[in-house]
Amino acid sequence: MIEVRNLVKHYGDVKAVQDISFSVKNGEILGFLGPNGAGKTTTLKVITGYLSPTSGNIFVDDYNVIEDSMEIRKMIGYLPEMNPLYHDMEVYGFLEFVARAREIDKNQFRSRLNDVIELCGLKGVVHKNINELSKGYCQRVGLAQAIIHDPKILILDEPTSGLDPNQIAEIRGLIKNLGKEKTVVISSHILQEIQATADRMIIINEGEIVANGTIDELMSDFKGKTRLTLELKNATADSVKKVQSFQDGILLSKYEEKDENVFAVLEYPNSVDPRQDIYKYAVKNKWVILEMSRHKTSLEDVFRNLTIEGGSNNAK
Amino acid sequence: MRNNFSIIYRREVQSFFSSPVAYITLVVFLLINAWFFTSTFFLINESDLRTLFSVIPIVYIFFVPAITMGLIAKEKNSGTMEFITTLPFTDGEIIVAKYLAALTLLGTALAFTLVHFFTLLVVGNNIDIGALISGYFGLLLVGGAYAAIGTFGSTVTDNQITAFIISFLIIFVLFILDKILIFMPGFLSSILQYLSIDYHLNNISRGVIDSRNLVYFGSLILFFLLVSVRILEMRRWR
Repeated sequence: MIEVRNLVKHYGDVKAVQDISFSVKNGEILGFLGPNGAGKTTTLKVITGYLSPTSGNIFVDDYNVIEDSMEIRKMIGYLPEMNPLYHDMEVYGFLEFVARAREIDKNQFRSRLNDVIELCGLKGVVHKNINELSKGYCQRVGLAQAIIHDPKILILDEPTSGLDPNQIAEIRGLIKNLGKEKTVVISSHILQEIQATADRMIIINEGEIVANGTIDELMSDFKGKTRLTLELKNATADSVKKVQSFQDGILLSKYEEKDENVFAVLEYPNSVDPRQDIYKYAVKNKWVILEMSRHKTSLEDVFRNLTIEGGSNNAK
Repeated sequence: MRNNFSIIYRREVQSFFSSPVAYITLVVFLLINAWFFTSTFFLINESDLRTLFSVIPIVYIFFVPAITMGLIAKEKNSGTMEFITTLPFTDGEIIVAKYLAALTLLGTALAFTLVHFFTLLVVGNNIDIGALISGYFGLLLVGGAYAAIGTFGSTVTDNQITAFIISFLIIFVLFILDKILIFMPGFLSSILQYLSIDYHLNNISRGVIDSRNLVYFGSLILFFLLVSVRILEMRRWR
């Protein structure tokens, strides 16, 4: 349905997006995850025709953004980042304006308006001025504006930023609902957001895709990794290093001496559990174990690994 | 296609008239014109609107940039530019519809000055109706040209004050050109004279509607609107 091919976008000297390719299937909710400034918004802006690619192209069905931007725009409902709205208009007038722009005739508009009011929970604010609305309601108006023409594709750029937890939960529910029949691309720098809404996610960092897969797939890439944090007394570097040879796959990823204590972090696959051995070994060497805590890799760690530590070798 | 113009145009006009600033600008425009016109009208004791026709282009220099400064700059500033340009509108439709909306406000302001026209009809005699009509036609043309410049000024920046100043400066230069001709060498002066707005306006105000003047105003409007569209398109390639 949407296919991004070798997309490059530079702003002057700034390379915002560097040669990324991916596709979004029909009816799929794709999460676009990355830290701020990773190139998510830029990519979405190229899809929606606000920006043109420096090179590469994006195909939507049989159209491409360079030649048929207008056709693609008609198929898309777009909620831009920061949700810009005409604050001098009434909600009704604003939605009517968008509906007219989307070639919805008067009779259709009535029924669409009712649907959208129902769906986005806009009852009671339809005849209010947009500048009187709270941020949560503004976001709903933004969403209503994006879906009023019942688009096949919905592009939502940071749809829950600046909302309180209740509103976030509501908007996520709404997106999940819409995703049942539409192709949705949702961007966020918050992992839980993508986890809560998307079927598949693409992690992007510094303009490059670092991971692409379902949440389970990405987790399993990192599965098998358990992190054991140790704080020891009376331990020496050499003796601690020997722990690595207990079983296959154990790795001493951090070693630090502070005052009289030793801090060490071990990483090993889930199939292995060296804790008993470590205990026995500690007794033999007269270590005092002050702390031993196990920590399984969460998706958050995956995200951090992929983006902050580069992690491009983990990309698929 | 044509429908898109009217959608953008209607929103723009509504937004103009829902803001108190538009009314304040309108009232100030009318008061200044009325004061200049009526304070000398009975002294001069002639049945024409010549004072009005010479004052309005000067007031325009401030008035037109004031109504056009927000056209594009405001949308850029508030981020709605991204919203409107990702709707299925072409950049040309956006510029022209907005320009026409500004022209509508200008026309409304001009329509209110017809009060003076009717006053003249009542108190004057031997009135040259033809000259009055061509005078108003000239004012519309000048307003149209200024509004195109104002649209351009609003397109190059996202700050309304900057937009005002840019438009004001361009308009002012075109306006003053006619007055500094005596300082210019001969070969330049005829070129500059052709470029000056006053030269063409004077012809029309006198009741002479020459195609040369129409071409001048037409190409001025076309030029600035085209450049505006190009600038708007440039955002894609920043």
